Amino acid sequence: MSRLEIRNVSLDYPGQSNGNKVQALADLNLVIEGQDFVVALGPSGCGKTTLLNLLAGFISPTRGQILLDGKKVRGPAKDRGVVFQKHALLPWMNVIENAEFGLKLQGKTLTERRKVAGKSLTLVGLEDFQHHAIYQLSGGMQQRLGIARVLTSDPDILLMDEPFGALDALTRDSMQELILKVWASTRKMIFFITHSVEEALFLATRLVVMSPRPGRILHSFDLDFSRQFLETRDSRAIKSGPEYIELREEIFSIVRNQG
Amino acid sequence: MPTTTSPEKRPDQQSFLRRFRRPGISRAAEEFGVPGKGRSLLISVVTAVLILTLWWVVAGMKLVSPLFLPSPADVWRQIIEVGSDGFGGASLWKHSWISVCRVFAAFLASCLTAIPIGLAMGMSRIFRGIFDPPIEFYRPIPPLAYLPLIIIWFGIGETSKVLLIYLACFAPMALSTRAGVRSVSVEQIHAAYSLGATHAQVIRYVVLRAALPEILTGMRIGIGFGWTTLVAAEMVAAAAGLGYMILNASEFLVTDVVVMGIIVIGLIALLSDLLMRTIERKLVPWKGKV
Ligand SMILES: Nc1ncnc2c1ncn2[C@@H]1O[C@H](COP(=O)(O)OP(=O)(O)OP(=O)(O)O)[C@@H](O)[C@H]1O
Ligand SMILES: [Mg+2]
Repeated sequence: MSRLEIRNVSLDYPGQSNGNKVQALADLNLVIEGQDFVVALGPSGCGKTTLLNLLAGFISPTRGQILLDGKKVRGPAKDRGVVFQKHALLPWMNVIENAEFGLKLQGKTLTERRKVAGKSLTLVGLEDFQHHAIYQLSGGMQQRLGIARVLTSDPDILLMDEPFGALDALTRDSMQELILKVWASTRKMIFFITHSVEEALFLATRLVVMSPRPGRILHSFDLDFSRQFLETRDSRAIKSGPEYIELREEIFSIVRNQG
Repeated sequence: MPTTTSPEKRPDQQSFLRRFRRPGISRAAEEFGVPGKGRSLLISVVTAVLILTLWWVVAGMKLVSPLFLPSPADVWRQIIEVGSDGFGGASLWKHSWISVCRVFAAFLASCLTAIPIGLAMGMSRIFRGIFDPPIEFYRPIPPLAYLPLIIIWFGIGETSKVLLIYLACFAPMALSTRAGVRSVSVEQIHAAYSLGATHAQVIRYVVLRAALPEILTGMRIGIGFGWTTLVAAEMVAAAAGLGYMILNASEFLVTDVVVMGIIVIGLIALLSDLLMRTIERKLVPWKGKV
């Protein structure tokens, strides 16, 4: 069971000259625990990717600290798997080689790698494309491969940066259902970024709304539409229910009023 | 039944011309894709044939004295003659072989040094700081300008010749390799680290692979530069080699041997370029596609 704690974190990007540094995050506090599905929602440029990069360990905070199970995060590690906003696949490897890359880094044998990677590919529906080149996949398939790659190396925490941002509405719906199934079956903690209110509501057990620059957390909601979906498997009914619509409008107005 | 012209038939009748306009991909992809898509081989062959014909006609009409423009037939005869009897003390094959050896020795030495140095320059600011000034300084200088200095330092032996060609290959290969390293995306590196890669693994599985297309481009440019400097290198007290053969023939005004030498160098350089392109296609099929 993991516990990810963001304590008074600020982050400034250095500007062109000394005077105009960009304050991306200001005094941000957030605790994520257990099997939370935390979704961060906010307008473009509010610091969502910056926050995810901090959690992943790609950058370190200007002030404050980030603790994973009480220990300070010092850099990226395989306990935190990342799915990127822009796909970050390796085009010199084919689909299955990308999917098994994490295990290769750990020095696992080919048979072992293929077995586990094959399972993740099946989970995201790419089992028939194992030997395709990356450039032969559609955008949605590339995103799914990005997810499969992370699942293969079995991290404790999944960090996902607008993974479905570039997908069409239909694919997006099925990917949302897919990620909920993965979440339910693997019981991982997920930190998920989006700027879609609908997506945030449907997926999150905990929804945090961020303010525009400098990013800080404005509101936090505890939700259970995702659990409802896992019980009923009927996303249309959930998304057209009165409770969902009412919350959707409330959150829309919050996001809109930040100007 | 009303008589209409079958829509499939017309393109068939125009198929020869259509090859120029629609080289195997759909019209829309050609118009709205990256400019300049499609095969150009056929067009190139036509151009080559046209140039040859023009040469043939002009030389055949004796508009210009053969001393200035030998006919294609004369040049072809020289290939056969120099091939069997030799010119300037060696046969055409010996001249070619020696030149090929010089260029490839220089190219190989350049691969072994320029690629590691380019990688180091791309990956470390210290190496970049060290190698940037000398490379950027000597790169635009014509090899003929520093050839005398090389002769003073290294004499008129084989070393000077290979060194001159080596220097010509080195700069483009090192700079290309360095640019290749910088072309890797930070997301790809981040992805590898968060999958548990060590620094060494990131370099081996991500940086080197991402740099490969540009390394190969550098090699292609490098070997081209090598052939470009060949004649300059063989100006120095050579006893054989294509460059030497051309210079020697020009002293005796044997123009058809000069032209023949030029064509042979061109063909060998073209061949090595085609070889590099084939290797490129085999090794980096993803190039330009992601
Ligand atoms: N490397 C950088 N250097 C300087 N400023 C940066 C850098 N990266 C981001 N910023 C700035 O920090 C702010 C937050 O950027 P961030 O990428 O975290 O936004 P985001 O919420 O992920 O936006 P989007 O939804 O468009 O992806 C932006 O105003 C951006 O201009
Ligand atoms: Mg972002």
